[in-house]
Amino acid sequence: MAGSRKNNSRKTKIETKSINLYYGNHHALADITVKIPARAITAIIGPSGCGKSSFLRLFNRMNDLIPGVRVEGDALLDNFSIYGKNADVVNLRKKIGMVFQKPNVFPMSIYENLVIGPKSHGIKDKSLLNGIAERCLTQVALWDELKDMLKKPATEISAGQQQRLCIARALAVDPEVILMDESCSALDPVSTMKIEELMLELAKDYTIIIVTHNMEQAMRVSDMSAFMMIDQDGVGGLVEYSRTSDMFSNPKDKRTEDYITGRFG
Amino acid sequence: MKKFKEKLSGRIFFILALSTISALVLITIFIFVEGMPLIAEVGLFNFIFGMVWSPSQGHFGIFPMIVGTVSVTFGAALIGIPVGICCSIFMAEFAPARMRSIFRPAIQLLAGIPSVVYGFWGLIYIVPIIRDRLGGPGLSVLAGSVILAIMILPTIISISEVSIMALPRHYKEGALALGMTHWQTIWRVQLPAAKSGIVAGVILGIGRAVGETMVVIMVLGNAVALPESILDPVRTLTTNIGIEMGYAAGKHQQALFATGIVLFILIMILNITAQIITRRKSK
Repeated sequence: MAGSRKNNSRKTKIETKSINLYYGNHHALADITVKIPARAITAIIGPSGCGKSSFLRLFNRMNDLIPGVRVEGDALLDNFSIYGKNADVVNLRKKIGMVFQKPNVFPMSIYENLVIGPKSHGIKDKSLLNGIAERCLTQVALWDELKDMLKKPATEISAGQQQRLCIARALAVDPEVILMDESCSALDPVSTMKIEELMLELAKDYTIIIVTHNMEQAMRVSDMSAFMMIDQDGVGGLVEYSRTSDMFSNPKDKRTEDYITGRFG
Repeated sequence: MKKFKEKLSGRIFFILALSTISALVLITIFIFVEGMPLIAEVGLFNFIFGMVWSPSQGHFGIFPMIVGTVSVTFGAALIGIPVGICCSIFMAEFAPARMRSIFRPAIQLLAGIPSVVYGFWGLIYIVPIIRDRLGGPGLSVLAGSVILAIMILPTIISISEVSIMALPRHYKEGALALGMTHWQTIWRVQLPAAKSGIVAGVILGIGRAVGETMVVIMVLGNAVALPESILDPVRTLTTNIGIEMGYAAGKHQQALFATGIVLFILIMILNITAQIITRRKSK
């Protein structure tokens, strides 16, 4: 199990300090405080609608796109404030990449998908861009499959390949953290397995936070698990946060136990 | 009984639908039957590339009018396309919902203004400004281009805006998540993705400019000559028909129908291109 890897001396990469999220008048997330370790996989689990994705999107400020959103409290990336007055959202999103639920390749060539990030950040040199494209495709084990069709539209490859291409696209801007929002839920089991292997591989160099519905997946890949739930007022909160091996073998909270043993959710 | 009713109503709708198509077919046949004999007599090349239009002397060359149509349309496109696309980007990406709810009907209203009003306004305001500030008679390619540009804006804006708004949200999210700025997201991801819709809107707008008659009769000056500058008056294909149809007879009338054929084919090509482009997108 991934959780058996040594993670005692791991330093904290991201930290939230009693962070709250409001959609207009609706209090969506209440007082979440966690420390997410570097170079490990942290899984956010919980029943549908408990605010897992909203929580994940707090880290790269994707919630900002929704009108009427308000955040109280703060999150820190390497001790730098994500929601402070001087925070640079564009730079933040360079450091914290994201892979979405459904593969969202852009309607352009595979190559263009890979280099659009670095290009936007000012890299113009062709050979440099080619190098980035090759490195990232190799990282997601797609180079051999796709190297002869880089000019083809990215929409023409399989869904599993598209999702790995999306991971490669995120890697191309050299992030430190990768957020994955149920990134396997639209894929077949074989593709899912490949992506899980990829997560474990990437966790050696990157900090990975995933949202998943799939308990087995959380057990297979994650080092840490955060279990979330909504209370009777519809406010999402953190119930339990611990090592995955501890949570699944010995949950401290009754609600966690009920959920992971399949009594609801 | 119920089945019979269903069948009957189906038939009635079919016949009604057929009547619209038959109108198209009838008009097409009519202008071709009326116009083709003259083209056959004069020769297609002489008709299209002839420089002299003098029906009473038997000269039927429409090349100056083709140049007129192309130059005014080109001018309108040059002004209207950038303004229209920028406006649609603003509406789709930047305008707050409340501002959008004012802008959108206002732009629709722009499409509802009768073209004779546009022409009148152009004649009273635009033409004198051009005459006083830039010289020439004022009645000119420039005057026509400016007014046509305004007239094609609603088409370009609404179709472009719809095609940007219709893009899946995850394109934008994906681009922003890569650390791209809002402007980079629009320029590098959203506009390319919405390209086919925008191009279709532009082509339909151009088609409207090519077919517009009233405005150009009023502000172009209608001289049958090749323009040497944008301040010269020209005559378009539509104007040619509009001005002369009242008194034309015999071959002259046939020649106007022949002008109509050229116009018809031009607009057909534009519309079919727009349809092919939008259809390719939906695949």
